[in-house]
Amino acid sequence: MNTYTLYLNNKRCIGCHGCVVHCKANKGLPVGPILCEISHERLKSVRGVPKTEFKFRSCYHCEDPFCVTICPTGAMKKREDGIVYVEAAECIGCMACAGACPWGIPQHNPDTNKAVKCDYCMDRLDAGLQPACVTKCTTHALKLVTMKEI
Amino acid sequence: MKKSVWSMCGMCTVRCPIRVEVEDNTVTWLEGNQHILKGALCAKGSAGPALVADKERPQQPLIRRGGRGAGRWEAVSWDFALDYIADKLKTIIDRHGPEAIMASSRGGPFQDLVKAFTHALGSPNYSNHDSACGRNVHHASISLFGLGRKGFIYDIKNAKHLVLFGRNILSSLRPAEVNQVMDMLDKGGKLTYVDVRQTLTGIKATNFFQVRPGTDYALALALIHEIIKAEGYDADFVERYTTGFDELAYFVENYSAEWAAKECGIKAKDIHELVAQLIADRPKIVFHPGWMLSRYNDSFYASRALNCLNALMGNIEVEGGLIFAKGAGDCGGKGPRSLTDLSPKPTAKRADGVGDVYKQFEKGPGLFHLFYKAMATAKPYPIKGIICVRHDPFACFPDPQAQKEALDNCDLIVSIDTHYSEFGWYADVILPESTYLERDSMIALQKGMKPRLVMRNKAIEPQADTRDLYSIIKGLATRLGLDEYFPHNTMQELWAWQLEPTGFSLADFEKKGFVEYADKPVLYDRDKLEGKFKTPSGKIEIMSQKLDEWGFPSWKPYESPAKPPKGQYRLVFGRSPIHAHSHTINNPLLNELMPQNTLWINTREAGKMGIAEGDLVDVISGNVTSVIIAKLTDFIHPEAVYTVHGFGRQIPLQTRAYHAGMSDQKLMKGQLQNMDPVGGGLNLCETFVAVRKSSKNHQRKREL
Repeated sequence: MNTYTLYLNNKRCIGCHGCVVHCKANKGLPVGPILCEISHERLKSVRGVPKTEFKFRSCYHCEDPFCVTICPTGAMKKREDGIVYVEAAECIGCMACAGACPWGIPQHNPDTNKAVKCDYCMDRLDAGLQPACVTKCTTHALKLVTMKEI
Repeated sequence: MKKSVWSMCGMCTVRCPIRVEVEDNTVTWLEGNQHILKGALCAKGSAGPALVADKERPQQPLIRRGGRGAGRWEAVSWDFALDYIADKLKTIIDRHGPEAIMASSRGGPFQDLVKAFTHALGSPNYSNHDSACGRNVHHASISLFGLGRKGFIYDIKNAKHLVLFGRNILSSLRPAEVNQVMDMLDKGGKLTYVDVRQTLTGIKATNFFQVRPGTDYALALALIHEIIKAEGYDADFVERYTTGFDELAYFVENYSAEWAAKECGIKAKDIHELVAQLIADRPKIVFHPGWMLSRYNDSFYASRALNCLNALMGNIEVEGGLIFAKGAGDCGGKGPRSLTDLSPKPTAKRADGVGDVYKQFEKGPGLFHLFYKAMATAKPYPIKGIICVRHDPFACFPDPQAQKEALDNCDLIVSIDTHYSEFGWYADVILPESTYLERDSMIALQKGMKPRLVMRNKAIEPQADTRDLYSIIKGLATRLGLDEYFPHNTMQELWAWQLEPTGFSLADFEKKGFVEYADKPVLYDRDKLEGKFKTPSGKIEIMSQKLDEWGFPSWKPYESPAKPPKGQYRLVFGRSPIHAHSHTINNPLLNELMPQNTLWINTREAGKMGIAEGDLVDVISGNVTSVIIAKLTDFIHPEAVYTVHGFGRQIPLQTRAYHAGMSDQKLMKGQLQNMDPVGGGLNLCETFVAVRKSSKNHQRKREL
């Protein structure tokens, strides 16, 4: 059972792409891997105002993640709270995970030659903090939501 | 060793308060100051460490060895570079006097140091970039309120209605202000957005007006007309605190909603609907008078009209309106000391003619572009030396070629900057300043509802052979025998001296990173605003005595903007939230997100020229042709094409930004002196460009 999800209040999101860089800066990533994305549809006129809404996507942290099953070294793991993460020490950079993922979410880090992906900044979570994208979201539009079984 | 440092972002000129975590001289985390921004920071803010690590910024002082702009640099020591500059400055002073030297710096809270140095030299010629930015707004505000554009705080958060004319507030973003806008919208506030195109701001709007380029003044006049006609203004406030209302009412008589609708290409019904909303929302309305409003040749009057709407609505010193920016004195305190107080006040007339030939312009930074005239003509006297500090005139003012021709009359060109600038590339000496994370800055006072003292603490030691600005200026001053004006040997000494009259100490900054003069917002009694407006009459001068004295009308009869000739378009430009103009284009992480700009063209116009989305197009102005990718949209006025400013850089050492995208200012041929005669702002949206499908598009597959 997944404990967390990232929720974007798209009324507050201004499409500044801050989250993308907050994430990369926190993980010390070079040019190349991007772990979360802001996207939008083309503008459509709504009562005279051209409008669109922003969508946020990182990793879905699947219930039954293909990336974990396919990883030859067991470096891709799922925690008890549902977070799917890469144990860097065990990763050999074969990127089988990216091929197995329907959305190609795991990214290759050319500096370390290892896979890297959104892990909800679990080091920060474990320290009682919020993920980088949430803490620093320009308009406080991103929230880490704890899910409850209904 | 781990430490946490209060500091101030320097990726753009907003200068957000930040907290930086450092381990072994490396930044491990930075975030917006929790006490003000609750952690929020923009993309640029997070890309700061990438700037520090970037080897494509100057790593040590450089002296030009080839021709200007040829890019042959010799790396030299700081002593060598400072000696070299000091010698050249001495020669210029001996031959032409100190006033032949000018200096320019980034605007904002840290102008003091460069201004003090200019004055210490004995030159009145201090300047900054503002003639390509907010001068029209500033002068319009002074003519009406007797206060500059920073004389008021916009209480957007508590407003019921925010009206923006081309002020793309969510893209040219100031995180604290953006959050105010979002909070206002969350509370059900209305946003009216007027522009020639749809923007990230406009998509959040309640009312959106896509107007014909250059017609802002028409719409603003119509709003005044309709509000007066409906008697929807605050009659008590107008009666009490303004002069010239009757003249205004007479002046706007012909500028009805129906007239403006035709002129702007919008619906009269929508203007009436907006007026009804505005009257209902009064006085909690903010008409933003514009930020970067160096655009059209009536931008001064457009800004004046918008600020006049604020006055008509009586929204001054009310919650949700315009609040007087309070200083230390308003809280019974004293502000910090300035270095300018130590240096002698220059007596010579300014070379840009401001305050002398041009009485209508405030001296302060004067108007940078007018110095080029002085360089080219040696009138009123020659300018032979120029120092630009974190200011890139080639990226900022029109027609860099014309600027270069004027600069060729100078014997010394110095660029002090954290990165390579286009101007620096043409300079004689580049002095690399440490990035904002590697330098201390002077203490500054930020006026506001709760005025505060802010400071930038160095988070890490410089990673290259760079220096902070005070060391650089002091190094020059010492060599020129001007030590007495810069007596402090360390930043700690300077800070202590600055703070002395305030009664605060450095320790007071430790808790939050800043010091506030008041616990609660300071508001004046709205029934006793007499004397707060620093105009000759002490009132809000709808009819300005000063303008009258200088021979300018308070209200210029509206003139319809020229239509571009067939096959041509009006070139307009703006901001993306990812880049801070040209400063950040080569930043690895920001360049990755937005490596180049595009040309927005109205879909139907593009269709006529056979241009499809993603095609390369030629953009032509005079003898300049740029190639850029076309972006088609229904939501730009057919007379305009738009691009994000700052691209098209030509510095070979900036490999990521080199020739990426298009530079709008290079296309503004012959526009360097085209300014608003009353406001002093350059008319940066008065260029027509031809657009055609480029021959650089692949016609056929020719290669394997």
